[in-house]
Amino acid sequence: MTAKPRLAVFKFASCDGCQLQLLDAQDRLLELAGRVQIDHFLEASSRVVPGPYDVGLVEGSITTADDVERIRDIRRQCRFLVTIGACATAGGIQALRNWGRIDDFLSAVYATPDTIAALATSTAIADHVPVDFELRGCPIDRGQLLDLLTAVLLGRKPHLPGHSVCVECKARGIVCVAVAKGVPCLGPVTQAGCGAICPAHDRECFGCFGPSESPNLVSLTGFYERRGTPRESLVRLVRSFNAAAPAFRAESDRLEASE
Amino acid sequence: MSEIRRFQVKSLARVEGEGSLRVRVVDGTVEIAEFSIYEPPRFFEKLVRGREIREVPDIVARICGICPVAYQLTACEALEKALGITVTPDIRRLRRLLYCGEWIQSHALHVHLLHAPDFMGVESGFALAATHPDLVNRGLRLKMVGSRIMEVVGGRAVHPVNVTVGGFYRAPAAADLRGLVADLEWALAAAIDLVAEVSRFDFPGVPRDYDGVCLRPAVGYPVDNGRIVSTSGLDIDAADYDRHFSERQVPWSTALQSVMLPEEKPYLVGPLARVNLCHDRLPPAARLAAATCGLDFPLRLSSQSIVVRAIEIVAACEEALAIARSAMADISPCRIEFIQRAGAACHATEAPRGLLWHRYEIGGDGLIAGAAIVPPTSQNQGMIESDLKTMLPGVLGLDDAAATLACERVIRDYDPCISCATHFLRLTVDR
Repeated sequence: MTAKPRLAVFKFASCDGCQLQLLDAQDRLLELAGRVQIDHFLEASSRVVPGPYDVGLVEGSITTADDVERIRDIRRQCRFLVTIGACATAGGIQALRNWGRIDDFLSAVYATPDTIAALATSTAIADHVPVDFELRGCPIDRGQLLDLLTAVLLGRKPHLPGHSVCVECKARGIVCVAVAKGVPCLGPVTQAGCGAICPAHDRECFGCFGPSESPNLVSLTGFYERRGTPRESLVRLVRSFNAAAPAFRAESDRLEASE
Repeated sequence: MSEIRRFQVKSLARVEGEGSLRVRVVDGTVEIAEFSIYEPPRFFEKLVRGREIREVPDIVARICGICPVAYQLTACEALEKALGITVTPDIRRLRRLLYCGEWIQSHALHVHLLHAPDFMGVESGFALAATHPDLVNRGLRLKMVGSRIMEVVGGRAVHPVNVTVGGFYRAPAAADLRGLVADLEWALAAAIDLVAEVSRFDFPGVPRDYDGVCLRPAVGYPVDNGRIVSTSGLDIDAADYDRHFSERQVPWSTALQSVMLPEEKPYLVGPLARVNLCHDRLPPAARLAAATCGLDFPLRLSSQSIVVRAIEIVAACEEALAIARSAMADISPCRIEFIQRAGAACHATEAPRGLLWHRYEIGGDGLIAGAAIVPPTSQNQGMIESDLKTMLPGVLGLDDAAATLACERVIRDYDPCISCATHFLRLTVDR
């Protein structure tokens, strides 16, 4: 019998919600725990075994100088490195600071900012080290996580969609919030995976799974603008949980520059 | 020659977020016991500035993946006060149901996967599943019932999408709410058994007379509203919070620490504070479970918080069951519309880990002009350090590994949510 694959979970700046999806896997959690050897998962276990690991799941974005060193070390220890969620994959909501000045943020919160180590930016893991797979979402989808882990264990390709939330929405037969209600929705440019839960709740998709393959943001925001949405609202819509994902960043900067 | 002994836990396990502990003992006297939060800050109070009112619940949810509803609902209530709108009793009941779901899943997670391993002498919930499969399987199923409520009412268990200022984007189907009844009936019975089981654990620690702080509503157990009360006799409106409490920065932590004024004393928030101050308010089954579990109130050991979490799961199941059973038709309206206007207001609720206070200021342009958020773990930091200093002399005879474990256990008693604590805090509002 071959040894069980060794799994490690690492955290950077984040809310813990993506790791929680692993613990939320309920019945499949213990099944998974039986098939892999969980050697580093601080949120769940005091048992820490040094690397190397077969699979490393990384949650959170890089926001301190120490983080930059730590992710390089983690990369060296992991055969497959997988980013889980919007923070690790695109810098997260905290990447909004990339459009401001870090000193303003620090002095707004701390009386003695010198004792706080923080970089001026919040950046994706892939900005620092090569990443083998990325799971989108704020938070990630549990089904996609389990599929990806299964794929890695079996040595097959994971089934991750590249199409948009719009496709999921149509497949569910949901009335289009953009067309029928005039609500600016990012469904046409956002990667599928959530099950179109926001349109299913009569509200806009706010892009928490990040850009889909070849999104046409210029066309979409132009459509909403012609229908009366102010440009500054569109900047905010595109600049949220995946603000620093390249396609979204380019569009919010373009909109802002032409304001 | 004086003997100096140091022990450190560089990375605390089984807590949400990143923290460490540093202890220094000189000649048998504890000189330093620093509970250090090194998780980098994410500046949420700054991030919401300049955003639209409606965006706030979605953004502040991301402070914590374990208790997003606490952040969403506290923000909604504060913003509704600032906007001068009041939600309907139906909306309020559905919010309460959603909050109960979060309490059930958060407490079930902590009790079974993070805390119980300490009492059983194992390293994790996975290890516990091997030795006590029934306990862990039941715990995961309890957690699933809580998550299911969050999915039905909130649209998603982590970072619900259906919560908005004024109510809900879409009314959950009454049939789906009634569909929760069978699971909740099972969960209520399971949670009652859980109280009996965890109350038989051995509870380490040095008994303390905690100054607890929690909400006390006009009726019922504290969850989503109430006046702020304390063991030492405080009784104030949430609007007066910052006149009685203050945050200070300590060099060893990226989370600000809260103290009670004027003495600048540490204080306790969370399950132990709630049950000590409001056990008379528990619903019937939870009150019975509390009365028959063999513990006397007020509780004085932080380790007994595991029993309180179990009691609070019973209470949340009871309340959720009553709301689910009475769901006869989809609520209408599911949302109260508001007109943008300038204003400011505060609100406090009880997150699973304790008192959570928010304040928002809306500018004349209808955008957020300022925000302040005080999460439970910042408030408990001072008490955690105080507990450590109190218990350390009793464990100095142990070897480093055993003494370290004893310290870690104290920290885990508080279910510290470090991700919450570093998403900071007092923001100076520019005027």
